[in-house]
Amino acid sequence: MISRREFLRLGLAASAGIGLSAFAARAYSGKGRTPRWVFLVDTYKCVGCGLCVRACKLENEIPYEVNATRTWVERYVVKKDGVVVADAPLGARDGFTRNDPQGIIVPDADIAKAFFVPKLCNQCTNPPCVQVCPVGATYQSPDGVVLVDRTWCIGCGYCIMACPYGMRFFHPLYKTAEKCNFCYHRLSAGMKPACVDACPFGARLIGDMKDENDPVANIIRTERVTVLKEEFGTKPNVYYLNYDSVIR
Amino acid sequence: MKGHVLRPLYVVLALVALTFAARAFVVPPDFGAHEKGYMYGWYRKGNEAEWKAFKVKHQTRSYCEGCHTEEYSLIMKSPHGIINCENCHGPARDHPEAPLKLGIDKSRALCLRCHGYLPYKSTGREMIKGISPEEHNPDVECVSCHSPHNPLGGLS
Ligand code: HEC
Ligand code: HEC
Ligand code: HEC
Ligand code: HEC
Repeated sequence: MISRREFLRLGLAASAGIGLSAFAARAYSGKGRTPRWVFLVDTYKCVGCGLCVRACKLENEIPYEVNATRTWVERYVVKKDGVVVADAPLGARDGFTRNDPQGIIVPDADIAKAFFVPKLCNQCTNPPCVQVCPVGATYQSPDGVVLVDRTWCIGCGYCIMACPYGMRFFHPLYKTAEKCNFCYHRLSAGMKPACVDACPFGARLIGDMKDENDPVANIIRTERVTVLKEEFGTKPNVYYLNYDSVIR
Repeated sequence: MKGHVLRPLYVVLALVALTFAARAFVVPPDFGAHEKGYMYGWYRKGNEAEWKAFKVKHQTRSYCEGCHTEEYSLIMKSPHGIINCENCHGPARDHPEAPLKLGIDKSRALCLRCHGYLPYKSTGREMIKGISPEEHNPDVECVSCHSPHNPLGGLS
């Protein structure tokens, strides 16, 4: 039997020890801390070549001939009379080579403005797609990337309906929910997502929000950036430079 | 209490017990709530490692530098130096082991992704010299006249 005084003394010493070692472990791991991946898209720099879409499909084994893709590029042509013509044929896998949005030739003189908008999963801080999964097949990894467990997915499609950005689809071969995961395998290997490496113009950039010296995170912190559909409260982690209100 | 009241209750209890027993076998031990809590982090932990082990296919241009030094140094001096080799040659995977050689895409479609003329003044496309595919030497491969690695190096 130990006395009450002895018990308190031991207890205090033990908890101090645990606290210190946890602190030491965190300080020691330094570089090994968990990142918070964020993405930055500059719609001005995008030229609509679609090389990002091509690289994504090849990297992530999304059947090339099927009209399904984890990332895509949208074209918006705003005419002088205010009409907006938007399209993304095959997700822009083959790029935009002609001035024919939705198959309509718009005369040069009628165009007020026109631009390209790359889209990819927002890896939301509050992902609605994860909340609705009835079996725990989709989840937020510790570094904030939303992943799908293909062996666990039952193919109910709730997540596809829940995503306000239309990012999810069924994989043509596995018939399970499929989505952009910032090329999780490449991030884990210390590389950048395939679309970021494929973009010749720096229109797509990846950064770590938890790193004070990360140049991309610093652009997001110090410049005027927008997220898509903020009103949904999903807290997206893909930021846009040179946003325009016609973007859907 | 009467037997006909208790008997269905036993059946229900047995079914509940069976469900729990089956669950213990079927659900892997690493399934449960992880870092992000019950709302967003309820999953099978082992899946993270499965995604990390997914094969990397695009190796980026620094991978090519050591072997294809000539092409590398040529293109890096040209305005095409910004284009990653694998955009035109396909993902390297484990090249040169597998595949032994990478593809060479000589299609006009590849070049037109950037050089097809589009009158979109509010984008970077404006900075790239555009041509009309119908009028600029149609039906002839672009690379039979222009060098893809050295587009400013004169015509061949
Ligand atoms: C370890 C050395 C090595 C690396 C790294 C390498 N290659 Fe190669 N590559 C070769 C060899 C060897 C061949 C076969 C040459 C031959 O048979 O003519 C080849 C062939 C090719 C060919 C076909 C050439 C032809 O004449 O048909 C292309 C295109 C190519 N490589 C592109 C690349 C690209 C792009 C990269 C970087 C992503 C790369 N290679 C990285 C060694 C390498
Ligand atoms: C804009 C597209 C493009 C890019 C970018 C590009 N290539 Fe090429 N490459 C070609 C084409 C097209 C050919 C075929 C040229 C020909 O037949 O005249 C070629 C040919 C080659 C060959 C075969 C040898 C030859 O000269 O015929 C090698 C090797 C090669 N490229 C390596 C590379 C490497 C390494 C890089 C990156 C540093 C690279 N290429 C970037 C389009 C490209
Ligand atoms: C990813 C976009 C992209 C692709 C694909 C591409 N180019 Fe280019 N090209 C550029 C850029 C950017 C420049 C530099 C700006 C300029 O001069 O237009 C350029 C410059 C050129 C020039 C020099 C124009 C001049 O006189 O200043 C030629 C010629 C050319 N490219 C031919 C080709 C050919 C042929 C192909 C296909 C093998 C090709 N390009 C594919 C982006 C691209
Ligand atoms: C038969 C040879 C030939 C073929 C094939 C050819 N070009 Fe050219 N290209 C030329 C010549 C010659 C010029 C320079 C004179 C001029 O400006 O028209 C030129 C100029 C260019 C320029 C610069 C235009 C400018 O405004 O200065 C670009 C970009 C270009 N070509 C891209 C391409 C692309 C992309 C293809 C394939 C779709 C292609 N060329 C096919 C011969 C060719």
